[in-house]
Amino acid sequence: MQELTQQIRSVAKRLLQEERVDCVLGYREGTVPMRERPFFAYTPEEADQLVWTRFCVNNLANFLIGRQDRVAVVAQGCVSRNIVGLIQEKQLSREQVYVLGLHSPGMVDSAKVQAQFPNRVIHSVEEDGEELLVNGADFQERVKVRDVKRDNCYTCTHRNAVIYDEFLGEQGEETGGGNIEKVAAPWESLSLEERWQRFEETFQDCIRCYACRDVCPLCYCNQCFVDENQPQWCGKTVEETDLHTFHILRAFHCAGRCTDCGACESACPVGIKMRRLTSKLEKDIRELYNYSPGLDMESTPPLSVYRPDDPEPFSTG
Amino acid sequence: MQDKILDKSEVDALLERLGSEYDVYAPLRDEEGSVQWAAVDRSSDLVWDFSNTGVSPKRFVFPQTECMMRFKNRSDDAEGMIMKQEQGLQRHQALLNIRPCDAKALKVLDSVYCRDETSNDVYWRDKREKTLYVGLACKSPCPTCFCTSVRCGPHYEEGLDILLVDLGERLLVRPLTEKGADLASNLSDAPDEATQQAAQQKKEAEAAIRSQVGLENIDARGIMELYEAPMWDLEHESCLNCGVCTYVCPTCHCFDIQDETQGEHGRRVRNWDTCMSWLFTYHTSGHNPRGTKKDRFRQRFMHKFKYMPYKFDVIGCVGCGRCTQRCPVNIDVTEVVGKMNQQDPN
Repeated sequence: MQELTQQIRSVAKRLLQEERVDCVLGYREGTVPMRERPFFAYTPEEADQLVWTRFCVNNLANFLIGRQDRVAVVAQGCVSRNIVGLIQEKQLSREQVYVLGLHSPGMVDSAKVQAQFPNRVIHSVEEDGEELLVNGADFQERVKVRDVKRDNCYTCTHRNAVIYDEFLGEQGEETGGGNIEKVAAPWESLSLEERWQRFEETFQDCIRCYACRDVCPLCYCNQCFVDENQPQWCGKTVEETDLHTFHILRAFHCAGRCTDCGACESACPVGIKMRRLTSKLEKDIRELYNYSPGLDMESTPPLSVYRPDDPEPFSTG
Repeated sequence: MQDKILDKSEVDALLERLGSEYDVYAPLRDEEGSVQWAAVDRSSDLVWDFSNTGVSPKRFVFPQTECMMRFKNRSDDAEGMIMKQEQGLQRHQALLNIRPCDAKALKVLDSVYCRDETSNDVYWRDKREKTLYVGLACKSPCPTCFCTSVRCGPHYEEGLDILLVDLGERLLVRPLTEKGADLASNLSDAPDEATQQAAQQKKEAEAAIRSQVGLENIDARGIMELYEAPMWDLEHESCLNCGVCTYVCPTCHCFDIQDETQGEHGRRVRNWDTCMSWLFTYHTSGHNPRGTKKDRFRQRFMHKFKYMPYKFDVIGCVGCGRCTQRCPVNIDVTEVVGKMNQQDPN
């Protein structure tokens, strides 16, 4: 990881010095454990702050939306797929971005690490090969990375950047090793009543901060439906009807576009398992339309187009 | 007032006593292992070694969704369209093991919600007056805590009725108000060594707070100078304008009022709102005085660290560090305030 950090910095400096780009969008070290932060480097000196670790849980494609300048962006598999999505949806032009492709090592779920130390305050976490060194005020322990990766990183299908102008480091294993069929859509084996109950449980702690929406590169609407007030589609309370309306409608808007990057789960301040919905979207779109989002700039996302022979299993039950 | 002492084995008796008068809530560990506020009726559920809850307990006084009034949604009815005030809190409530910072936060908000006769929020006041605050002093502050920089601290007493200090097998019980003294009246006086042990713990907890911020230059500088400082141009850049910081915060207090109708039923309801949202300040005319992300980002810090000290002589922050911990892009309040406080804020 250290080597890749150095490589990102030197490429970023070169691009900035040669004025190929106006800024380099990457990650820099965070001030809390296990959360690096999105960072725009505008000068070669600032490029020295860029890092690449297993704590890069934000999807940087989100930060490209609406920019007018030329940006080089650090992109692992899912981020590159969302860049493709933004190009497909005409939110970004290919010429405007310079993609620094990477192979994702699989990012760490900080909640899983914290869960291993229930009563203790973690002060810092360092990477050490395939292990993490977890430090507190009065302890230091090791955790295996493979035990604490984010769920979406286990079932990842495209760890290498799918488009790039330069690839940094080696291309690596494409999948995360987990079986998406096994874990996706935990609803499917449940009865209708149980599904609803599971859904209610999943979102009951939601405080409607909209971090899931605001961290997501799919959610770039000028005015989100929950912010519409003439007419107002969705109430503002944290009562079930309003909570459910928000989450169900948002999920529909993401179908056929979501790359399972996990940014929403990483952002949620109350630990909601957002992927219980998004994994079902991924599976349905894959099975019904034989489509996986963010792989082909020339294709059209299935729900953006109507075809007379579109599958409609819902209409026949 | 005289410090008292309580053996932890006797906490059940205390809970029983509290329960006869109050609905009792405390930070409890849930099935997934995270600590959250919930109703409690037995001491074995209590947690003594938590840092703090992810979301602040302000909702007990300021619920995220609160019905204020109801009305019959019929204009052709003599009783129709007339607002009827909701009843207040039915039963008094006790917040057990509330952290001193969270209790201080409610005190800070009194300066907004019930400062004088011109600002007398009946919904806030009702619950404030019907709540008992039994604090638990902080033993091991988080790296993100900076309470001692903002007129607060791990053993801070203002805003509490009782402060508990965990001495292992025993609790030091320090009554701070009449209400607190009543509750502790049947306990034995604390021996001097227990009071000394608590004082020592206070010193250690204060020393363990690693984050510090200075506010002296912010205080000295004019509002417009800070407002126009170049620092905001870069600081806001990665902000998502989501509401995490404002909703986990114990002192953020903005709301939105909505009238909702369904058939013949109508109600007026207020919900937390966030200054991070463009909609928060959007005018009917289409003008938005905080139209950009930078405007909204700046507002949150200026409000807490400049406007509130200027208007009410209180800092709108108690240093709990939740915003830094939970921010999806790790915007660190101490960094931003540190920059505001620099000689040359750019």
